[in-house]
Amino acid sequence: MTDIHKRDVDALSGVETTGHEWDGLKELNNPLPKWWLYVFYACIVWAIGYWVVYPSWPLLSSYTTGVMGNSQRADALAALEAGKAARAELGTKLIDASLADISSTPALLDFAMANGRAAFGDNCAACHGSGGTGAAGYPNLQDDGWIWGGTLDDIHTTLKYGIRSGHSDARIADMPAYGRDGLLEKDQITQVANFVASKTGLETEAGVDLAAGETIYQENCAACHGEDLKGLREMGGPNLMGANYLYGKSLAAIKAQINNPRMGVMPAWEGRLDPATIKSLAVYVHSFGGGE
Amino acid sequence: MRVEPDAALGGNEPEEWFASAKKIYPMATHGTFRRIKWALLFITLGIYYFLPFIRWDRGPNAPDQAVLVDLEGRRAYFFFIEIWPQEVYYLTGLLIVAALALFLMNAIAGRIWCGYLCPQTVWTDLFMWVERQIEGDRRDRIALDKAPMTFSKFAKRVAKHTSWLMIAWWTGGAWVLYFSDAPTLVYELATFQAPWSAYLWIAILTATTYLLAGFMREQVCIYMCPWPRIQAALTDEKALNVTYRWDRGEPRGPLKRNKELAEQGLPAGDCIDCGQCFHVCPTGVDIRGGLQLDCIQCGLCIDACDNVMTKVGKPTGLIGYDTDENIQRRLDGKDPIYEIVRPRTVIYAVVIALTGAIMLYALLTRDFAGISALHDRNPIFVAQNDGSIRNGFTVRLMNKRTHERSFLLNVEGMPAGSRIEAVGIEHYFEGRPYVVVGPDQTREIRVLVSSPAGAKLDPSTPITFRLTDTVMGEVVTTKDFFKAP
Repeated sequence: MTDIHKRDVDALSGVETTGHEWDGLKELNNPLPKWWLYVFYACIVWAIGYWVVYPSWPLLSSYTTGVMGNSQRADALAALEAGKAARAELGTKLIDASLADISSTPALLDFAMANGRAAFGDNCAACHGSGGTGAAGYPNLQDDGWIWGGTLDDIHTTLKYGIRSGHSDARIADMPAYGRDGLLEKDQITQVANFVASKTGLETEAGVDLAAGETIYQENCAACHGEDLKGLREMGGPNLMGANYLYGKSLAAIKAQINNPRMGVMPAWEGRLDPATIKSLAVYVHSFGGGE
Repeated sequence: MRVEPDAALGGNEPEEWFASAKKIYPMATHGTFRRIKWALLFITLGIYYFLPFIRWDRGPNAPDQAVLVDLEGRRAYFFFIEIWPQEVYYLTGLLIVAALALFLMNAIAGRIWCGYLCPQTVWTDLFMWVERQIEGDRRDRIALDKAPMTFSKFAKRVAKHTSWLMIAWWTGGAWVLYFSDAPTLVYELATFQAPWSAYLWIAILTATTYLLAGFMREQVCIYMCPWPRIQAALTDEKALNVTYRWDRGEPRGPLKRNKELAEQGLPAGDCIDCGQCFHVCPTGVDIRGGLQLDCIQCGLCIDACDNVMTKVGKPTGLIGYDTDENIQRRLDGKDPIYEIVRPRTVIYAVVIALTGAIMLYALLTRDFAGISALHDRNPIFVAQNDGSIRNGFTVRLMNKRTHERSFLLNVEGMPAGSRIEAVGIEHYFEGRPYVVVGPDQTREIRVLVSSPAGAKLDPSTPITFRLTDTVMGEVVTTKDFFKAP
């Protein structure tokens, strides 16, 4: 038993001190209500219950899983499944709807755009860029230059069967290697390249016979690129009059392309992506703004 | 430097680090403040329990409940006001006004909020009334607590807790009605078709009401609430507070003795030390100790003391709303002064009025349409084969009316000959997309703006999207930039 007379009581407040003193400052003992203490104990009990029920303690190579088998990973997978199920209805509608119908139905358009955006990032962005602007040698989908056509149907066909993809319905255009295969002399290549350059606003080399170049062009190139150089889509011949060239717009680049042409491959996505996704991609790419 | 307790000085460890809460048995009283408290209890609880049932016609496509927080639909309704999630700053304004009103109340007359309006006080008051009806007043309850368990005691206990739980249940039940159509939800609750979350929230609020108003009571005010701490820092010597006028009351003593002292010309106060003031106190405070954290300033001790003073034939007001300053003035032989209008209260009032005016202005000039534009980040612009430049934007249109509206979208600040197109929009009027937005909805569209071929453009041209309601003529705008090489 402590002797009550020895207790230190603060004179001003009449409250007993805890006996702790720091440089003359004494701590008053205003006891906390007991229920605070019980709440603290209850929290400890709750924490132990939590350990039992939920995953909590890390072990060397695993962790305690808890009796309820709760797993955020499983929850996330279930949420993904639920999302898929929720998308199923609109996805079916998308497959049945014509491309024009999709564009004019806000609900389908929103769905196709969202679906297309995700699929584009996963499958197309590697070559065409995350914004669809392409890269050197990879077509820009944002602008108005379309080698094979920029309508919804054209884009859909290109997506489905690809270009030089090996698919039996693939779009195929094959530019002869005029230099490498010896189809044209070096001088002739210089002439035709200068002719194209002169038509499309590039500087030409001095002393080159442009008339001869035009003749060579009309005999060899016009079949695919058109007599007016504006390209022929049914042949897959690119427009040479535009501002944007796939492999660079310069005299040297034109010469290089005539000498030993580069031709890219677009994979056929039929079979790799489901029809609804391919349709969504067509709508999404078309919505970039270059679509016709 | 820590000095070890010196046993000779009595610095030994205390016996108790934690103390059991002392049970308080507040006695019934009557008088002005008790009547004010009853009136406010009826008004505040009346509003709380019945407000969800008030209807407010907003036309078709909108709920007709006057006060409704529609979490699922992401709308909040308050009579003529409807706010969208992005307009939550109205709530911020409301909270600012509420905080300032609390400060103003405090500067004028102390803890008005605590004593009369705080839900903790109001529900505790109601629970104490129920307790008093069943178990009797202070003495009876003390006796009952001490008495051994009998059938009668058990019956009283059951009656009390059942009544408390019913009030608590009703409290929780009213709460959920603010979040769904009240009559429908009442029907669903009664027929056990309501969503489980409704039952869960009713259960939670039933439990907290029962616990806080039935058992925790003053412990909430003393140990859990931050306001007493803040309030103590905000009060001043000119603020009215429930005050024991010790200049008049001290030295206290029994009526007879003090009378004798007075007759002998010795100092004798008016306080007869009857203890009524702390017997009626809901937090068990002796107001004669002065202003203190535990005192919620409900004014019941004023009523109790006035009743006693009237009985012993002395003037009332030994305890009353008064200021520290006045006690000192009376001791100095001066007249008390009451300054409600002083810089502190004026500033609070002005800031409240200002905030209120800003909110009112914002509400009255609130747009019922909205537009926001997000410029494409990749690519920033597209150079077309014909030499023109195109920028893409994601534009969101908002219709805050409850009927479908049609808008024309225009872009300003572009050179002549520029075009604006919207993906998925078929109709155009004079080159402007004609967009329909459903009732109380938003619509996101992709908008493409193209400059004419060969136009000279700065790297960044400020432009304005202008959305015009085709019927009502309401116009909203948003600014953005047209980027070029």
